[in-house]
Amino acid sequence: MGFKRKKGDGDGEEMESEVRGRPSFNTAERRNVILPSMIKNKDKRAKVYAKQKHEKKVEKQKKIKARDAAEKQALELGEEPPQKMVPKTIENTREADETVCRPDDEELFADIDADEFNPVLRREVTPKVLITTCRFNSTRGPAFISELQSVIPNSDYRKRGTYDLKKIVEYAKKKDYTSLIVVHTNRREPDALLIIGLPNGPTAHFKLSNLVLRKDIKNHGNPTSHEPELVLNNFTTRLGNRVGRFFQSLFPQEPNFRGRRVVTFHNQRDFIFFRHHRRYIFDVKEDKQSGAKGKDGVAKERVKPRLQECGPSFTLKLVTLQHGTFDTKGGEFEWVHKPEMDTSRRRFFL
Amino acid sequence: MQHDEVIWQVIRHKHCSYMAKIETGIFCRNPYNVTGICNRSSCPLANSRYATIREHESVFYLYMKTIERAHMPKNLWERVKLPRNYEKALGTIDKHLLYWPKLLQHKIKQRLTKMTQMRIRMRKLALKTREKIMTTPRRDKKRESRREEKAIKAAVLDKAIETELLERLKKGIYGDIYNYPELEWNKVLDEEKQVAEGVEEQEEEEPEIEYVEGYEELEEEEDMEDFSGFPSNGSGFDDDDELDSGDEEEDDDVEEQVVIHKKGNRDSRKADDVGKSKKKKRVVVEVEQEDGDVRQTLKTAH
Repeated sequence: MGFKRKKGDGDGEEMESEVRGRPSFNTAERRNVILPSMIKNKDKRAKVYAKQKHEKKVEKQKKIKARDAAEKQALELGEEPPQKMVPKTIENTREADETVCRPDDEELFADIDADEFNPVLRREVTPKVLITTCRFNSTRGPAFISELQSVIPNSDYRKRGTYDLKKIVEYAKKKDYTSLIVVHTNRREPDALLIIGLPNGPTAHFKLSNLVLRKDIKNHGNPTSHEPELVLNNFTTRLGNRVGRFFQSLFPQEPNFRGRRVVTFHNQRDFIFFRHHRRYIFDVKEDKQSGAKGKDGVAKERVKPRLQECGPSFTLKLVTLQHGTFDTKGGEFEWVHKPEMDTSRRRFFL
Repeated sequence: MQHDEVIWQVIRHKHCSYMAKIETGIFCRNPYNVTGICNRSSCPLANSRYATIREHESVFYLYMKTIERAHMPKNLWERVKLPRNYEKALGTIDKHLLYWPKLLQHKIKQRLTKMTQMRIRMRKLALKTREKIMTTPRRDKKRESRREEKAIKAAVLDKAIETELLERLKKGIYGDIYNYPELEWNKVLDEEKQVAEGVEEQEEEEPEIEYVEGYEELEEEEDMEDFSGFPSNGSGFDDDDELDSGDEEEDDDVEEQVVIHKKGNRDSRKADDVGKSKKKKRVVVEVEQEDGDVRQTLKTAH
């Protein structure tokens, strides 16, 4: 009788049960396969698994080799190499969001023209920022605040005292500030940032994490006082656009390029990474690229900007965005983070 | 028969469940106690004639117990509502405790004073904003930190920033602030131009692609800084080529000219939609490339 070639030798018992339980092997549907997990003998089972793994590995290597060979051949023949497979990333497979900004959206531009940041962004008003803390400020708080002061030009720091936040907002409005930043400390670490645009601007509450102060960065540089250049990456949706413009309104709109300061807000999966660099551009990089760009194999020089990190680096995550100045009870919230929004790993809001 | 002395002996020396001994003293937890201390004269159990003030929803009541009702625990305590006004409340106390021991009257008035002060303070505090402490479940905190780590890895920040800066350099927003050896830069430009030409042809065939590329630009140019750089493209490279040996002053002059240029163009574009200006920008880039070509040939002719 022809036995199907079994993967494992198994014990005597196993063989017997197999023979008994097996119907006629002609019926393709009812082919009893021994799963390795059904083998009771640990030694044997481990061997079977190892063999399986090895086979898989060998197969994969073969595939890769075949692919490389095909590509090389195609190049030699001068044809198009076969399409390179793109791995699926979370960014690739992000859930389609209807609020993503499109370049031809009339409504978006109308909104931008009518929103609260316009005066600052159109250079009619220079931004003036007031920084303060929560009632209890400790340990890393003051250091962080002094660094913030060096990052944001035209910023002042006032101690909090026990004033109500609403009173502070009024005071700031009277003194013609354009934004108010409140650094909130929890367990001796700054852990939340409340940015309030003035007058009657939106209020954004961010969760702060992963704060690295300047002295803790290796090879850090010291920032100058030129106006920084802003880089805002990946703010795609309408909400993201709004938040991006909010950050923009904190900084003056005339960047001093000679100062070579860059401040970056990079949004990745709803986390906003803040970085502060000094840059200088070299064109040192000589690399050999065998790309299909025409000049094969020739050493091509690439201009590569080199960055030196200075100033703090931290991560922000938006918790709530409220229309109007700080008013938790009566305010109108544009966006609130709820735990049920976290259920899908491919859905992001900024 | 009510023997206060006996009761006191028993509960003081044996066991009283209302007694709380702390390092600062001995206290009585009985809610009907006037002073709060465990004393022969302050114990509500060991005094058959006793009075207190208790509060319910910020209204004060005078409670009195007399020996006549000692055998009826249910009706033991007699309650009188005290008026809101402090002086009037004192008057009411005097009226009800007229022939009572002086010590008790004194203690009760002291208690009334303290309770009114507390009431005032509590009401003032309720008007102020208190910070409310919210807790996050541990699960959420851990999940956030895990996702943050992965996001950091996914966002190769240094690379992203470098590419962005490089883009800006290529667009010429920086003018000629950076000194770079020209040959290499031109070489890179040539390659870019070749690629751009390839792209151009595609663009002519399928105008829809324009939107897609424009969209990418939208992402890059989230900051208005770039708007200042819009019209500089053509003029920027002009200046670069001509100022090989630029003096500082010349640079400044030329830069100024460039600046004026920028402003002029910006005004003319105010009316347009930002989107349209982006489309225009696309066109400008193409023109500039061709110009670059022309300029190149001119240069070599020299």
